[in-house]
Amino acid sequence: MSLRDNPFGELKVPLTWTAAVALIVAAIVAMVLLANDRRGTFQAEAYGVTRRVGDAVAAPVGGVMSAPIRWTGDGVDTVRGYFFAVSENRRLKAELAEARQWRDAALLLRDTNERYKTLLGLRTDPPIPMVAARTVLDSRGPFANTRIANVGKEKAIKAGYPVVSENGLVGRVIGVTTGASRVLLLTDIASRVPVMVDRTNARAILTGDGGPNPTMEYLRGQEPVRQGDRVVTSGDGGVLPRGLPVGTAVKTLDGRWRVVLASDAAPVDFVRILLFQDFAQLADSAELNKMPVPPPPVGGVQVGEVRQASPAAPGTSASAPSLKITPPRPAGAAATASTPPSAPAATAPRAATPPATPPPQLATPPAPAAATTSPPAPAPAQ
Amino acid sequence: MSGQARVLAPWEWIGAPMLQCVALTILFAVSLKVFGLRPPEPVFAMWPVFAWAMIRPSILAPFAVLLLGLFLDAFWGGPTGLWAVSLLVAYGAVLAARNMMVGQSQPMMLFWYATVTALAFGAGYLISAVKTQTYPSLVAVGWQFLATIVLYPLANRLIDRFEDADVRFR
Repeated sequence: MSLRDNPFGELKVPLTWTAAVALIVAAIVAMVLLANDRRGTFQAEAYGVTRRVGDAVAAPVGGVMSAPIRWTGDGVDTVRGYFFAVSENRRLKAELAEARQWRDAALLLRDTNERYKTLLGLRTDPPIPMVAARTVLDSRGPFANTRIANVGKEKAIKAGYPVVSENGLVGRVIGVTTGASRVLLLTDIASRVPVMVDRTNARAILTGDGGPNPTMEYLRGQEPVRQGDRVVTSGDGGVLPRGLPVGTAVKTLDGRWRVVLASDAAPVDFVRILLFQDFAQLADSAELNKMPVPPPPVGGVQVGEVRQASPAAPGTSASAPSLKITPPRPAGAAATASTPPSAPAATAPRAATPPATPPPQLATPPAPAAATTSPPAPAPAQ
Repeated sequence: MSGQARVLAPWEWIGAPMLQCVALTILFAVSLKVFGLRPPEPVFAMWPVFAWAMIRPSILAPFAVLLLGLFLDAFWGGPTGLWAVSLLVAYGAVLAARNMMVGQSQPMMLFWYATVTALAFGAGYLISAVKTQTYPSLVAVGWQFLATIVLYPLANRLIDRFEDADVRFR
């Protein structure tokens, strides 16, 4: 049957309408993908196979494409070194003389520090192993600030590992595949890093916004930060090690505190990935979340039982034994429920019965926090 | 002469620009600092998106836009679907206003291109703000917007080349 004989042969769908339908279908697909995106969770499994394959392909391509730029940079450095060798030599000699003084001071401080640690019995963190890598591609837009480093699973890299340059913290790994890792920079809009001001120990959350200088959110206290203060990682939450240099605090025109990143001082082409197991990876969450089971009663009273014909404890009223013990409380009472069997029998009646004479520290209203260090006021004359 | 109207092959006006766009995006993602400054990162996908909608309505073009957006999201490491939705919003706006835009002068076309680019960036801004509960830096958005509207000559070239190629849409 020819096309002309087909009864639908003359039927022509307007192209504009079909294009509109195609647009709607494509938009629905895009919105479903967007709604299902879990990039913000930073979970390793949320990274997805597509991204891993994309990174695995992009890393070698970026390595090849960045090679000429790297060679050009090396050539320029060589020429510059040749022409400026004398002045460079003079500057390095001065820097070396100054560094020797700092070395002596550092050795002295290290010795003192070791003695203090020994005296106090401090448990210091072990050294963190690291892997060197080269970043081959980066995205610099306002909605995504990431880099691809040319090492991956083969070097035991895992999602969550911190990435530092010679100057300071760069970001952390959010996706790993063979031969490539995706690093979320501190400037990314999804980046949140717990930091502290080195001078005051004031805590803040470093929040990226796609610009070059992330903001310090949730700052508390009176003047917690000043212009030029050094900002380091606080280690809160156990995600990052404490004390990694982040940058310098600056106040912007809008009155917000931002951080000039230390890692911006030099090109971030070579980085080190710290093989840092954060607390969430080390701790057994199942063990932590397990509720302690109360031991079986041995001649005592179980929580929730009515005590029958128990002799009155000394110092309690006669009606105390007939009191019903407080029924078991849920989660908050776990510690009470796990006390030895003899403890409830002795302590429960006392807890249930109000004391005849309240303790003096409860009789008076609690003093404000600021007054706790002052000596107690003398009692008024009777 | 065959007497039949020449039908525009999808590869010529959709496939080839798409590949060029992907190649340029990868090229500009190389880690590079010039005089201590990082070069801007334009959204190369904007010029084919604008030109495709201007040349003619098509069934394939929206899906090409979707693929380009998903590529940008995967390559730049952003949320999956962010640029796909943003570019489709821009494509839909141009397609809806196509009859009004066609045949206008170069400055007016540049104005429309800038407006559509702003629309795409606005969509991206809102999506990012909703997903991360943080407002992206307007300065950073502005720099990328400026770097993107500089690409208008590429869009104009593609429109000039294929606008009259299919006689059914003259």
